[in-house]
Amino acid sequence: MSSNKKYWKSVEELNENSSIVETLKQNEFVEEIPTDEFLGDKDSLEASSTSRRDFLKYVGFSTAAATLAACEGPVIKSIPYVVQPEEIIPGIANYYATTIADGYDFASVLVKTREGRPIKIENNTLAATSGNANARVHASVLGLYDSLRVQSPRKNGNSISWDELDTEVVQKLTALKDSGKDIVLFTQTFASPSTSKLIAEFKETYGNVRHVVYDAISESAALDAYQAKYGERGLANYDFSKAMTVVSVGADFLGDWQGGGFDANYSKNRIPQNGKMSRHIQIESNMSLTGANADKRIPLTPNQQKVALAKLYSYVVGGSVSGNLPEVIEDAVKKAASQLKKAGSNGLVVTGIQDVNAQTVALEINEYLNSKAFDKATPIKTRQGSDKEVMTLIADMKAGKVGAIIMSGVNPLYTLPNASDFYEGLKNTELSVAFSMKEDETSSGTQIIAAAPHYLESWGDVEIKKGHYALTQPAIRPLFNTRQFQESLLKWTGNESTYLDYIKEAWGTSILNGSSFNQALHDGMFVGTIATETTDTTEASQNLETPSSGDAARALADSAKSSALELTLYAKTGLGDGQQANNPWLQEFPDPITRTSWDNYLTVSKADADALGLVNTYVSNGALNGSYANVTVNGTTITAPVIIQPGQAKGSVGLAFGYGRTKGLKQEMQTGVNAYALYQGFNNVQEVAIELASGEHEFASVQLQNTLMGRGDIIKETTLEIFNTKDKEHWNAIPTVSLNHQETPVTSPEVDLWDSFDRSIGHHFNLSIDLNACTGCGACVIACHAENNVPVVGKTEVRRSRDMHWLRIDRYYSSEETFEGDIEKKENSEGWFTGTKTALREMESGAENPQVVFQPVMCQHCNHAPCETVCPVAATSHGRQGQNHMAYNRCVGTRYCANNCPYKVRRFNWFLYNGNDEFDYHMNDDLGRMVLNPDVVVRSRGVMEKCSMCIQKTQKTILDAKRDGRLIKDGEFQTACSAACSNGAMVFGDINDKESQVAKLKEDNRMYHLLESVGTKPNVMYQTKVVNTTEA
Amino acid sequence: MRQVIHCKLSKNLLGIFLILLLAFSTTLSAQEGDPAKGKTLFNANCAACHQLDKKMTGPALRNVETRLSNDQGLDKAWLYAWIRNSPGLIKSGDAYANKIYNEYNGTAMTAFPQLSDEDLNNILAYTAEVKEEPVATQTTATADTGSDSAISNELILGALGILFLLLASGLYVVNKTLRRFAEAKNIELAETSKRRPLWKAFVQNQFLVLVTAIFLLLSSAYFVYGYLMQIGIDQGYQPVQPIHFSHKIHAGDNAIDCNYCHASARVSKTSGIPSLNVCMNCHKSIYEYKGETSVEYSKEFYDAEIKKLYAAAGWDDAAQQYTGDSKPVKWIRIHNLPDFVYFNHSQHVSVAGIECQTCHGPVQEMEIASQFSSLTMGWCINCHRTTNVKVEDNAYYTKIHEELSKKYGVDKLTAAQMGGLECGKCHY
Repeated sequence: MSSNKKYWKSVEELNENSSIVETLKQNEFVEEIPTDEFLGDKDSLEASSTSRRDFLKYVGFSTAAATLAACEGPVIKSIPYVVQPEEIIPGIANYYATTIADGYDFASVLVKTREGRPIKIENNTLAATSGNANARVHASVLGLYDSLRVQSPRKNGNSISWDELDTEVVQKLTALKDSGKDIVLFTQTFASPSTSKLIAEFKETYGNVRHVVYDAISESAALDAYQAKYGERGLANYDFSKAMTVVSVGADFLGDWQGGGFDANYSKNRIPQNGKMSRHIQIESNMSLTGANADKRIPLTPNQQKVALAKLYSYVVGGSVSGNLPEVIEDAVKKAASQLKKAGSNGLVVTGIQDVNAQTVALEINEYLNSKAFDKATPIKTRQGSDKEVMTLIADMKAGKVGAIIMSGVNPLYTLPNASDFYEGLKNTELSVAFSMKEDETSSGTQIIAAAPHYLESWGDVEIKKGHYALTQPAIRPLFNTRQFQESLLKWTGNESTYLDYIKEAWGTSILNGSSFNQALHDGMFVGTIATETTDTTEASQNLETPSSGDAARALADSAKSSALELTLYAKTGLGDGQQANNPWLQEFPDPITRTSWDNYLTVSKADADALGLVNTYVSNGALNGSYANVTVNGTTITAPVIIQPGQAKGSVGLAFGYGRTKGLKQEMQTGVNAYALYQGFNNVQEVAIELASGEHEFASVQLQNTLMGRGDIIKETTLEIFNTKDKEHWNAIPTVSLNHQETPVTSPEVDLWDSFDRSIGHHFNLSIDLNACTGCGACVIACHAENNVPVVGKTEVRRSRDMHWLRIDRYYSSEETFEGDIEKKENSEGWFTGTKTALREMESGAENPQVVFQPVMCQHCNHAPCETVCPVAATSHGRQGQNHMAYNRCVGTRYCANNCPYKVRRFNWFLYNGNDEFDYHMNDDLGRMVLNPDVVVRSRGVMEKCSMCIQKTQKTILDAKRDGRLIKDGEFQTACSAACSNGAMVFGDINDKESQVAKLKEDNRMYHLLESVGTKPNVMYQTKVVNTTEA
Repeated sequence: MRQVIHCKLSKNLLGIFLILLLAFSTTLSAQEGDPAKGKTLFNANCAACHQLDKKMTGPALRNVETRLSNDQGLDKAWLYAWIRNSPGLIKSGDAYANKIYNEYNGTAMTAFPQLSDEDLNNILAYTAEVKEEPVATQTTATADTGSDSAISNELILGALGILFLLLASGLYVVNKTLRRFAEAKNIELAETSKRRPLWKAFVQNQFLVLVTAIFLLLSSAYFVYGYLMQIGIDQGYQPVQPIHFSHKIHAGDNAIDCNYCHASARVSKTSGIPSLNVCMNCHKSIYEYKGETSVEYSKEFYDAEIKKLYAAAGWDDAAQQYTGDSKPVKWIRIHNLPDFVYFNHSQHVSVAGIECQTCHGPVQEMEIASQFSSLTMGWCINCHRTTNVKVEDNAYYTKIHEELSKKYGVDKLTAAQMGGLECGKCHY
């Protein structure tokens, strides 16, 4: 444990006098288990009509009855097809390439279907240029089987047929043609060449048509800046794999900044190769995923960020700007600037400040640096909304200028800050149609709900980046009586062809340039050269003036005004803009930073919380409670719970979009508060007033129940400098134990209690997880859920630490401004009980800006597994291929194994989650069950479950090879998590294949095992995190 | 089994006899051509679309020659021309050819230019045969033999029973007579001494009571255990299916390969219940049962089952077309593994090359399919312990087989040695 820092998981641990942490060190629970409370209540016990004898009678009778009932097996029907489709063989999965384009997430994906049912989303490796599937995209398959979907078109609450709908709509549209009122198409960003063409045709047919594109979370400023500078409405596209020095001012580019999808390329440079890795400096207010991955993170309020960016410009490009920054920050900005200059074309500056000047400045700096990462040829097309047009539309609607509004892919009554204005305007229209999958806030306010299909039931095309086209194809026949927006436009313009034919024709004439459509459909994507015009959205913003470079920086600095408290609205990794709020996988997905599920909350810095009297308390079994706060922006007040967030910039607070929905989702999913109400003027930074409100909120958080118990070497971390200059023993030493008073490495066979099996024959699976490449994005968590039928347990159960995630991504904070200081402090504090306390106390100020490490933890598949030896019924045992097997049917639920597992990766089924109305998530209805993977058993109540290292996948790969009579190539073996990890952090394979990547990673100097000193010999390994602390 | 062979033999003999008879009779008629050869040719070339007595894709052909000449006044030459090149004849504008062509929805008949005059004569001779009446004698004969054996068994048992009764009453009478004799001659019969009753002795002997109690307990435990162990084991499960599908007729009598219908067994984890379009591949032309029958399973019975198939597949046999009104068949699944067991057919069928019968039993002899094996875990594991892995000509196994056989010091590896006993191989 030579080079370790002090790690901690929650702020509470830094509190020296916390009785809770102290108690947790000794006991599993903080409070006594309240048996007295129950048994002490004499009255209710005596009043009960059920005596002990009765109870025993019932138990005996029901046991006997259950036994008798079990004697007769059920009659199981088996119904084959009448005519079996050629491509379907029962029991074999088919994969189709398609593209998700829901207006927020755009990605080329592969859909795994079984017997015609889509059951899982995977990365389309052919289409690496088109973004990677993030957690939301992986979870999107569940939306197909949402039991609350609108099943047929509806008018004023009654089901109607499509013919009736068509007649009515066409009649009204025709009547409006000459009335002088506008017909408005109010849609998400489609980025679809065919849809654009179709809308143009629609305009021709009806004349007075206006198309307004609306992004719930606006990128309007960045679009305007890019358009002003380059004359094309798009977002700057950056290839982070070409950037060695990245400075980000408020851009959460590992999250959803500019549509996301930058993480894979970013991670490529994070793995030290030949002594080099990228340097990432992040200036931000909220603790974001990106900030958590940065080498250096500078917490700064949004207004100060503007000054910092302007200063950065002046230091790099030249010129002077006004504005003051604290000295430390000024110094840091200066250093960042000099590093950027040194990096030259390897440098890159990005910003997430929603301000045209700020965006222009970032573009200018990149231009100046001649940044290789800045790809001007292929701007991103996935955000096209314009704030101004939306504002104009609402005003026009209120003024009664809009005759008809047809919406698709938008939910303005939920996402607009001035939703009531929109609602008023909606009532002024003669015709309002919403294409929607749900009876949501907006569609329930319109006259007609046009039932829309899920993207897995639709055709479509997307131009994700300029010249990079992708196709959407249905993977299943529509489950309900739905028809997509484009199909309807075709009908309403009197075009008899199907949308597929329409796309084929459009692609044939303008995109494919002679290439095969079927090939493009097979690949899911096509990289062309001809750009199609998407002029319909750009007219209004043509007349933007281009601010000259120095002016922009000066204007930016001037626009920064100081205010007491600033709110930054952001999108969470789980729910994003809130479209998929009815998706239980995403609701239960713990936020990578706060580790809180089923909620959004106001993130506040410790200092501000103390000043405002906001508290977080840890109760009973280690669960978290937080104060409520009234958050007031410009007269609008909402009440949100508070989480004290280490690393939150003092003077700033954060709140996530996507929560607080009220319509079109189950009761359980109606969580959190609606932050869109504060999104005034589409500005994600707002001046805010906060005051303590009454009440206490109960959070459902994971990973803060326990202390680290002094096992600081869970994470190994070092700096690039030490990594390059010193021996492995210095920064990744193997722990030693005393053998005959000799310090002996724990890996040597002499200290082992166990005989080792010979695993050199056949396959031996290992999984390597690179802490440098892992950004904590959580795609693997959702992929694991989908692959392994992991149940959703709900908020109250998560709060009781009964979450079922087989794979969790632990987040550790460590606090020190500089890394060296940490090591020093650590080395000076001998013995963790006495030393840590003082060291931690000193770190408390450092909690203002902690460093963050993410560590995905699943079953470590120990070769010497502690769980196996304590199972009284031998339900868990070891396979020759290295996997720790779990025979659910053998398990009797003693939970000894979970208690003996040093990694706490075993999960107990407290309830029958798949047949219990208390857990009304997807597994409790027939539609939701369609997503289950038929190759993995659905576990029952009372059994232990855990990661199987996707044995169903390894077994399938082996069987396929046996059937073909061939050897298995490296890369064929995959687990759900490793396949989902587009960052290359997870590498899975056979270490007996000496040429495999994973075998080489096992020999890597950075490799270590979790808690090596316990001697469990895991088959999962980690690669030490290396931080690039090089200051210029 | 022997009986079956016997039946087949007698049927064959009968067939030959009939053919001979018919051949003889046809030579008497004015037709030239050999109907036996004609039948072969007919089955090879025509049977896909024609039957003698039933309209199929093409018209029924019984007595086609005479019908044509009587009804249409068309001679043999027209028939030759039609068979060898019907599209040509239609194009030439022949009235009757066009009429037929239109009557059958414009489905052109395949041209058979390769058939010689003699071939055609043979075929026509076959079509001119007198319609064979259903051989009622044979069915009754088989029915008789069946009931015969049943009767003989009962008779023997009855006779034995009567014999036993006679014997018992005889002995009683003899005993009684002897006693009367003894009485008459005043012979004192030895008085049976008054002994303790056996049960009293038994009760008083504690050792015996103990032993008996232990024995009773053990034996009842044995039976209870046996009963409990068979819970959930459905060996011999033979449900009544919605359509009486006879594996005996398909896989046995007609020797259809299992994989023809259960095609996915080669590649997938499930063997697959064939979809109805697979049934219709054959049953489009096989509309009646012509094999051997019994009282229970008569020709009418089987034909009715084929009708059920037509109803399910939505096939209108009279019009020879699909109505589109199909009803999927809800078969009752016989082999049910619990959800927590993973079993893959292709692993066993394709990789290991195991015969279907190894696990499913003599399916080709099952009139009604039933579960042959117990499907318990012990049954699986026993087989894995004793069965060698088929490693020949499989590049996947080359290295691992070499290494493992060296490790275990054996030439051939069992599935167990390959890791086939590990929990996680089947339970996940």
